[in-house]
Amino acid sequence: MRRAALSALWSHWRRHPFQLLTLILGLALATALWSGVQAINAEARASYDAASEAVGGTRPVLIRDGGEIDQATYIALRRAGWQVSPIVEGWLFTEAGRVRLVGIDPLTAPAEIAVATTVLDGEISDFFTPPGQLIASAATAERLRDPGLPPVLVAEGMAPSLAFTDIGIAQRLLGMEGRITRLIVRETQPLTIPPLSAIAPDLTRRDSGGQADLARLTDSFHLNLTAFGLLSFAVGLFIVHGAIALAFEQRRPVFRTLRALGLPARDLTLLLVAELLAFAVVAGALGVALGYLIAAALLPDVAATLRGLYGAPVEGALAFRPVWWAAGFAIAVAGTAAASAGALWKIARLPVLAPARPRAWAMASQATLWLQLAAAGALAALSLATILFGSGLVAGFVMLGALLLAAALLLPAILSAVLAVAARGAKSVLAQWFWADTRQQLPGLSLALMALLLALAANIGVGTMVSSFRLTFTGWLDQRLASELYVTAETNEQADEMVAFLEPLTDAILPIWNVEAQVLGAPAEIFGVADHATYRDHWPLLSASAGVWDAVAAGEAVLVNEQLARRERLTPGDTIALPGGTLTVGGVYSDYGNPLAQVLIGVDALVARFPDVERTGYGLRLPPDRLDAVRTALTRDFGLPPDNMIDQQAIKAFSLQVFDRTFTVTGALNVLTLAVAGFAILTSLLTLAAMRLPQLAPAWALGLTRAQLARLELGRALMLAALTMVLAVPVGLVLAWVLLAVINVEAFGWRLPMHLFPRDWAVLGVLALVAAGLASLWPAVKLSRVPPSQLLKVFSNER
Amino acid sequence: MLLTVTDLSKSFPGDPGPVRVLDGISLRLAAGETLALTGESGSGKSTLLHVIAGMEAPDAGEVTLGDTAISTLDDKGRARLRRETVSVIFQQFNLIPSLDVAANIAFQARLADRHDADWCATLTDRLGLAEHAAKYPEQLSGGQQQRVAIGRALAGKPPLVLADEPTGNLDEATGDAVIDLMLELVSETGAGLLMVTHSDRLAARLTRRLHLSRGRVA
Repeated sequence: MRRAALSALWSHWRRHPFQLLTLILGLALATALWSGVQAINAEARASYDAASEAVGGTRPVLIRDGGEIDQATYIALRRAGWQVSPIVEGWLFTEAGRVRLVGIDPLTAPAEIAVATTVLDGEISDFFTPPGQLIASAATAERLRDPGLPPVLVAEGMAPSLAFTDIGIAQRLLGMEGRITRLIVRETQPLTIPPLSAIAPDLTRRDSGGQADLARLTDSFHLNLTAFGLLSFAVGLFIVHGAIALAFEQRRPVFRTLRALGLPARDLTLLLVAELLAFAVVAGALGVALGYLIAAALLPDVAATLRGLYGAPVEGALAFRPVWWAAGFAIAVAGTAAASAGALWKIARLPVLAPARPRAWAMASQATLWLQLAAAGALAALSLATILFGSGLVAGFVMLGALLLAAALLLPAILSAVLAVAARGAKSVLAQWFWADTRQQLPGLSLALMALLLALAANIGVGTMVSSFRLTFTGWLDQRLASELYVTAETNEQADEMVAFLEPLTDAILPIWNVEAQVLGAPAEIFGVADHATYRDHWPLLSASAGVWDAVAAGEAVLVNEQLARRERLTPGDTIALPGGTLTVGGVYSDYGNPLAQVLIGVDALVARFPDVERTGYGLRLPPDRLDAVRTALTRDFGLPPDNMIDQQAIKAFSLQVFDRTFTVTGALNVLTLAVAGFAILTSLLTLAAMRLPQLAPAWALGLTRAQLARLELGRALMLAALTMVLAVPVGLVLAWVLLAVINVEAFGWRLPMHLFPRDWAVLGVLALVAAGLASLWPAVKLSRVPPSQLLKVFSNER
Repeated sequence: MLLTVTDLSKSFPGDPGPVRVLDGISLRLAAGETLALTGESGSGKSTLLHVIAGMEAPDAGEVTLGDTAISTLDDKGRARLRRETVSVIFQQFNLIPSLDVAANIAFQARLADRHDADWCATLTDRLGLAEHAAKYPEQLSGGQQQRVAIGRALAGKPPLVLADEPTGNLDEATGDAVIDLMLELVSETGAGLLMVTHSDRLAARLTRRLHLSRGRVA
């Protein structure tokens, strides 16, 4: 029985392969965007995990605030019975780029680190006897083919941009003889060991390694990507929902006949579920494969972003990860279930004697519009409540989701009202028919138009955010990077000589010295700042107390960056606990692009609190025409490599390059989402085309040509797309405001001013019209060529 | 007795109050017997047919097919009844548009697991549809489509055939030809036939006639 019924159900798709194609493609596209984004996230997270494992994972570590650990301290701890293993870490600069070098002691290192040495093919002594050996992934090894470096052994599964070597070799290569970056603490320690404060009072214990912070910092970036993936998926689901609903409506007479011929409702529902499941699996496979391609295309940019913005090591190549393949299938099945639940519910309750005529047009009922309005109102209220009472990133995204859905649900009612007004104002009969017919078509097209609205609003919202960010960022760079040249000496001694040399050649020499330390329980940078007009005139202060620069210069106050101020709710006048004593917060400054908390302290106070601070970096104020001469002199007299002298323009160009690359992914996802929405319109119009004949045939019979009808159909699609675009602008702007004022603050800790870019909207509007025009072109051409016999059938009693 | 209908009543909601469509109908039909159900529009003919087919539940009374009282059956049982015992020929044909003629004719027999390829071929041939076997319903005329519906109803050789104005959409000549064929084939299968019709001329061709008026046997 079921086989016969199934063959009848499947025969519909055999006769309507295009409808099947749209259903599968819609679901595949939705899955592709979602799983593509998930693939990128999974790859990045796997990279963090690998990097984290490489340096001790989540094991507790001992560090020294503001500096490195003396090797003698390590020896003292070992002698006292402490089970600790030393790690030396730093950047190794090669011509092919920089690589993070981790020096380990293979004899005391925890198993997950020591395991790296299992690739050694000779004696273990080769590892720690000069010249030593480096262990790295194949890609990283390529960057380490330098005659001055030890030979490289390639190991599978190594984190990207990372190389292991013996601690002694690492100290030599990094110029860190006698110094250690941190000590990994073993889980089990002898019971009788003396307390840490007795042997190394300057060391502090931190519960996890630095990579955990990295994961925390990049979480917001991944959440943003995930949100975009979800949005794309939602847009895709509109296609699937529309395709399934229409397919069910079209087959309604068949369902009724099957029931009348003796197929139980349960069996019919089960068969339809099986049919949908088969579609979901096929579309899921296709979607995951497409998602893989999208991810592979976007990953290099994402990797560059994560490296540039967060210093997070991510390889630019995509690995096969069964988990997200499975997740892709799961989301395809879940999406199909969500999109078809309503239709299946109707089928399960379909009475045997239900009207056999397709009821797609009945959806136009006023009741449906009211229901949509009510749902939109509820969602808008939820969004408002989340703004007022919610907090955190997830609340921000809930607010966004509710807002977008509310706008989408509101769209048919608004369009219907606009069309009704237009119909009332129409003079000619043809115009009256056009507006009335368009209004009647709305229910069939509303899902596709909602998808278009979401895509356009997302485009406007994200575009406004990115452009506002760029505008603000450019202005901020101009303020922040006031020095004409930034130089870094090789050693403190060389720096002293260089300063003496540069004194007569420059207007000012501003130290850029900093240490990394724990501030209020989280990693932070503490910068020393000279008392100079450069800072007083240019530094981008958001708020400050009177005489702030004098107080900073006197070592009585500090400035904190916006992200730290927001996180800890600091305002000028508050106090802040810093290593070496508490100080007053004198002001807050904007610090875009920096994931870390930052504190600005007077340079003398910095040196007093951290005597070991590296004093090699300086910003030079000098007339631009002297730039080349100073650069040449530094190279000639001090042998300073070009990388140690960066002029203001180069930093700005680099920063903007990083910025633009950061949002390449966003731009690509924007385009893809718009393409999906265009596809939604195409599929809706094509699916509706056959059902349109009974409505168009009377107009044809009354004297309109098929070509005229086709032109009207084209015009209708363009007009609806234009109206949707107009409505998308305010929705997009609200979205941008939420992104700038809520999401960014939660995700990055800074708030950006919002700017408007009407030219971008105009371009997007044209794109939307092109998408709608292209989508309606084929159905219109089909209509212009429909045989008169087919139109005549509408009037025969055989229908 | 193949079919026994006892004191059947059925009302539908209406304005200002419920409309009584069937009001204490009783009838009996033996195997091989043909019965015409006539009456003006709204007299309850189609509703009676739907209740007998188990597609509509009565408010009161009972329909018994052989030994089975329909009221004792759940949805699954009534579906089985429609598959195996009762075949309905609809005025609107209700063919499956995506299946060709041959598949449509075989369809209900396949649903009931009673598919007999030879009998289906014979039916197709006898119904004059052999040259149209690979065509789809939309490519057929109204008369041809109704012949496909008759073939589908008889392919599983059900004991009872219910026909709801099977020629209502056809011209007189085509309608006559269709009825000729239907009566001939029903007689060959030995099934009972209950046919709703407006036409006195067609009703006269069946062995018995029952006239309904305002939901009652007149």
